Amino acid sequence: MDSSAVAPGYRLTEDQGLLREAVRVLADERVAPRAAEIDRTAEFPEDLRQLLAAQDILALPFPEQHGGLGGDLLSVCLAVEQLSRACATTGLILAAHELGALPIVLAGTPRQQARWIPRLASGEWLICFALTEAEAGSDVAAARTRAVRDGDVYRITGSKRFITHGSVSNLVTVFAVTDPEAPRHRRLSCFVVELPTPGFAVTRLEHKMGLRGSPTAELAFDAVSVPVDNRIGAEGDGFEIAMRTFERSRPAIAAQAVGIAQGALEAAVAYAADRRQFGQRIGDLQMVGAMLADMDAATESARQLLYKACAEIEAGSPDAGRWSAMCKLVAGDAAMRVTTDAVQVLGGYGYIDDFPVERMMRDAKITQIYEGTQQIQRLVIARALLGKGG
Amino acid sequence: MRIVVLVKPVPDPASAGERLGPDGRLDRSATPAVVNGNDEYALEAALKLVAVAPEGSEVSLLSMAPASAPDTLRKALAMGATRGVLVTDPALAGSDAVSTARVLAAALRMLDYDLVLAGVDTSDGVGGTVAAAVAAHLRLPYLSYAARIEPDEAGGTVQVRRISPTGYDLLQAPMPALISCTQALGEPRYPSLKGIMGARSKEIVGRSLADLGLDPAAIGGAVATTAVRETRTPPPRGATEVVRGTPTEGAARITELLAARRLI
Repeated sequence: MDSSAVAPGYRLTEDQGLLREAVRVLADERVAPRAAEIDRTAEFPEDLRQLLAAQDILALPFPEQHGGLGGDLLSVCLAVEQLSRACATTGLILAAHELGALPIVLAGTPRQQARWIPRLASGEWLICFALTEAEAGSDVAAARTRAVRDGDVYRITGSKRFITHGSVSNLVTVFAVTDPEAPRHRRLSCFVVELPTPGFAVTRLEHKMGLRGSPTAELAFDAVSVPVDNRIGAEGDGFEIAMRTFERSRPAIAAQAVGIAQGALEAAVAYAADRRQFGQRIGDLQMVGAMLADMDAATESARQLLYKACAEIEAGSPDAGRWSAMCKLVAGDAAMRVTTDAVQVLGGYGYIDDFPVERMMRDAKITQIYEGTQQIQRLVIARALLGKGG
Repeated sequence: MRIVVLVKPVPDPASAGERLGPDGRLDRSATPAVVNGNDEYALEAALKLVAVAPEGSEVSLLSMAPASAPDTLRKALAMGATRGVLVTDPALAGSDAVSTARVLAAALRMLDYDLVLAGVDTSDGVGGTVAAAVAAHLRLPYLSYAARIEPDEAGGTVQVRRISPTGYDLLQAPMPALISCTQALGEPRYPSLKGIMGARSKEIVGRSLADLGLDPAAIGGAVATTAVRETRTPPPRGATEVVRGTPTEGAARITELLAARRLI
């Protein structure tokens, strides 16, 4: 076969390979030994956040002119994948940071970017993304948090739920209704709020099944004053900015899912190669071997779809929404299946916390839920197929 | 402060694929190469010293290695070294410690430095003699087994804590000097992503034996003073028992085993 027929970029570039290897080593040596403790104590790993900052991993998603590394989407995903292979909570530090910052990167003015991005790229500041509300989950446009213009400021009032890093961030990207009378998808606007600020409070931290070290907060806004200069895009652009954000952020969650699946696969293979029953390694028992093979194939399939989706989205595909939805759908389901099977391979040892696979199974579940449930991903894909658009 | 760190690419000890060729020499193509572990500790010590030294201070790398070495040296550059010098020449194949020391000394004569740092040994040959021989060739003070390095630039001296069987000796010498570095100096850093990307554009200067003014006939395998006569694989150890279970179960079982051998 003519090698020129292979699409350029089908393999990782040299830079991407170096980056993946560097993050892999860091994840193995510094992150993996902390993972069980982070899960047990449910404490945000500030030490690892600082490590990611010092190693420039948090700089990956940001442009070079503002102190970032200018990494493409696939590079960000490679880093999230490798971190999540060791600890999904740590992988989410990068993924959630990117999510919160994407509205600024995609729709911020040069002045806004110069104002906020350098401290986000250095990792000095974390940023979170506040869209979901108690009554507005999958139905994003149903948000009720209000932003009322008052001269040079907006006053934001309302409440946001399930906000990753809501209690440890220095900036929050918040979506609020500026025109309740506008058509559904023109009601929201997007704002960057610097924290702490009067009227803002963290009112609740969730006790979660997985990702236990990642703080998930309820945020209250009581007439929080935000300068007009902090609005991202025009009034009414909020919904569109959120959707464009998801096109680039869902792959990072897919990467987290692939990383979790890979970590579980490796743990299962190591166990199956070591554990002896009936006078042989259990991996040599065909029923166990077949499980391992299916886990590997599922993980690799999800990974390849993710990498392809990244390439398509980065190339400006008009089908970006479909690619991002598909890769998260496939990767989230793969992570759930692979981690569940990993627990099965380890048997009783899989069910106790001496081994990492029960944690991975609990962590995997959220990848089927957040940044759009699997059902929402299917909706996005089906609408793309039927040509209805958003 | 200008520091040159001697760096050697060695087969990755983690790969477990180390293999000897028919001549008893290491088959370097069989295993991926990494920077020798102890050299990374020396480099880390050097980077820490220049970080607190006046502007213009820098760390350079010097390596004698096959032509494929730049890939390996990039990691050391990513950690923060400014540039590298790679002596590579077909005539170097099979060099023993005597040849290696002569070549490194010749290369150092062409460089400016206040200190030369080297790892105490390399994980492939584990001879641990090259650094001392280089110092002898250059008539440099040789401060070995350093656990701490404290240069006094104004006074032109360096003080080293040398690990000794009873604690440490305090050595002081005028600079330039050559120091062999132990792991007590502190863990090497991880290269940052910016360091990794930046390392690709850093300079690695190639030098041949002719560049160093050395006669290829007087260097390398043909004139080696040592040869591998025979190699033997260590006998396999006795049966191993792997203890599994919870930490409490494991501790109980290990205590039992040690007690049965009257070790506790």
